[in-house]
Amino acid sequence: MEGSVAYDNDLNLKATELRLGLPGTHDERQEQQQKQPVSNVRNNKRPSGESYGQNEAAPPPKAQIVGWPPIRSYRKNNSQPKKTDTEGGGIYIKVSMDGAPYLRKIDLQVYSGYPELLQAVENMFKFNIGEYSEREGYKGSDYAPTYEDKDGDWMLVGDVPWEMFITSCKRLRIMKGSEARGLGCGV
Amino acid sequence: MHKKMMFSFPDEVLEHVFSFIQSDKDRNSVSMVCKSWYEIERWCRRKVFVGNCYSVSPRMVIRRFPEFRSIELKGKPHFADFNLVPDGWGGYVFPWIAEMAGAFPWLEEIKLKRMVVTDESLELIAKSFKNFKVLVLSSCEGFSTDGLAAIAASCKNLKELDLRDCEVDDLSGHWLSHFPDTVSLVSLNISCLGSDEVSFSALERLVGRCTNLRTLRLNRAVPLDKIANILRRAPHLVEFGTGTYAADLRPDVYSDLAGAFSSCKELKSLSGFWDLVPAYLPAIYPACSKLTSLNLSYATIQSPDLIKLLSQCPNLQRLLVLDYIEDSGLEALASTCKDLQELRVFPSDPFGAEPNVSLTERGLVAVSSGCPKLQSVLYFCRRMSNEALVTIAKNCPNFTRFRLCIIEPRTADYLTLEPLDVGFGAIVQYCKDLQRLSLSGLLTDRVFEYIGTYAKKLEMLSVAFAGDSDLGLHHVLSGCESLRKLEIRDCPFGDKALLANAAKLDTMRSLWMSSCAVSFGACKLLGQKMPRLNVEVIDERGPPDSRPESCPVDKLYIYRTVAGPRFDMPPFVWTMEDDPSLQLS
Repeated sequence: MEGSVAYDNDLNLKATELRLGLPGTHDERQEQQQKQPVSNVRNNKRPSGESYGQNEAAPPPKAQIVGWPPIRSYRKNNSQPKKTDTEGGGIYIKVSMDGAPYLRKIDLQVYSGYPELLQAVENMFKFNIGEYSEREGYKGSDYAPTYEDKDGDWMLVGDVPWEMFITSCKRLRIMKGSEARGLGCGV
Repeated sequence: MHKKMMFSFPDEVLEHVFSFIQSDKDRNSVSMVCKSWYEIERWCRRKVFVGNCYSVSPRMVIRRFPEFRSIELKGKPHFADFNLVPDGWGGYVFPWIAEMAGAFPWLEEIKLKRMVVTDESLELIAKSFKNFKVLVLSSCEGFSTDGLAAIAASCKNLKELDLRDCEVDDLSGHWLSHFPDTVSLVSLNISCLGSDEVSFSALERLVGRCTNLRTLRLNRAVPLDKIANILRRAPHLVEFGTGTYAADLRPDVYSDLAGAFSSCKELKSLSGFWDLVPAYLPAIYPACSKLTSLNLSYATIQSPDLIKLLSQCPNLQRLLVLDYIEDSGLEALASTCKDLQELRVFPSDPFGAEPNVSLTERGLVAVSSGCPKLQSVLYFCRRMSNEALVTIAKNCPNFTRFRLCIIEPRTADYLTLEPLDVGFGAIVQYCKDLQRLSLSGLLTDRVFEYIGTYAKKLEMLSVAFAGDSDLGLHHVLSGCESLRKLEIRDCPFGDKALLANAAKLDTMRSLWMSSCAVSFGACKLLGQKMPRLNVEVIDERGPPDSRPESCPVDKLYIYRTVAGPRFDMPPFVWTMEDDPSLQLS
């Protein structure tokens, strides 16, 4: 077993370092320990290049970091009246697939339309959905993506306009086999 | 002569002595004294605790402890609470229930944390254990009210049903009516249920017949005007959680409510208070002088109302509150609540770019100074200084849990612009009994040097956006003798420290590292060298061997186990294989 090893601090970790920063920004805090007047610090921006007065452009909007700050999802909307089905602005729904022993959760607002959504779901569960047509549903695969709407009915994904879909979808289920084919035809 | 006598105690005597030993750690120590003590102890252990459900198989547990009545299991890693563990990772309780259902029908208690519990599991519990008494599900998911109905209907001896912080699928509010007339619950916590999931009349009837009810935590859907009726049916309640605490101000509703609260002479703990309307707050004043625990973390009331309330609660030991309390409220708390042991301050607007309340380090300093018994702190704020942390550390050498979250990652000392190394260093230096620590703010490798040097009793450490190099991780792994759980995200820690301290991982429950710099190659090596560890690579980008070995993995979860690799992994989790030829003796 290796004992204590002398470490040099010159490991070039930047090459593999995973940072949260927009491409092109460079975290300079370690090289610039200059003191700033106190008033400059009274902001919540991260100490990237911008706050050192080098970049005159307005800072880009803050990207929300996954899981930060570390609070449980049921605490996230405490400053507003109760909102169901939203978590910090997203529309989260559960996605299940017949035969898969696990569920996934996705935020519908992240997708701009059906093709993107279906691509993501295909990747999540490692299968192919087939080609959609209004008349015949999803051809070319044993699976059909369905969703439960506000009224509790199971509908085929793609039948209604996208905007209507994201407001009425409660959960997604990838059906398999004959059940799936039944939904596809003559709806 | 004396020596001979000691070894000839009959088993029954030893068993009787052991029955006074309840703590898990002590029982484990007892079992290691000698073979006969091991044997006697394993037959009389009644409560089994498994901190990581994958560290051992159900069959092994049952084989070693053939007569247990109570089991506690924990599943997902802690960071699952913050959505860092993808859905489907694991933590299924069903295999455990299935094994226990066959082996002993006399199981009485099941306590689960962060596990996936299906309706099928609940139905199996209901069917298999005739004397089932206690079900505590903490931060669990995967079940619906159908499963609850099965428990309610079949578990005639049920005493405790606690669903704290669970995600339950709403199907019907009528599961409560499945409880038989004879049931006598002592504790019922349904605070996590959504709006469609409770039938008020069934609830009232249930509360009415459970004459021994001591704990009742309602969910948000129960309106304010129903509380009085419920409280009147349960005058011996010790712990009560309201539903929504808002209504148009009506004198009859108010006086009804105030009367109901005054009739509950044993209340010690209150919670709930969603949407709290300050006008109704005085209704609880009669109960305040006896309160030891108050959870106002869903109440969006402002500091002046909070101060008025807290001034009525001199015996408070535990307070959960939103940052609306502000520094001024915390200063008031410090002067009224001298018995305070635990404080948690949550952010009301965690994603806002600018502070919306005047809550700073001053509030925490005030409480640390005014409350000599303070032991446990969880504090969200937007600025901190080394000076404040040093003061806090000196004021509270008895801290056992200190979790500070400065909301913006890598925030420096606001006075000096330096890292907060010295401040946290003071915490670990002065608080010699510190068991749990969460770091935040701007931190270099130096803070880890302090932690490794001083935090000898530290069992759990949470790190985010901190450190400069592998040296940081090395300090912690080589210095923290009592470390059991380490969770790290977004830190520049790579292969060196991990591989150099591989043996340390055998002495810990688990290590989580996400968005760090550990390469796939290092994970493979660790998996090969360490047969008693499961090294799980979690990566939703696809198989790690489709990228170069030097590529960092997305998430890494390492835990010790005697059960070998698990078989219930989803497609985005890979367990690194053992290689006997590489193992060190």
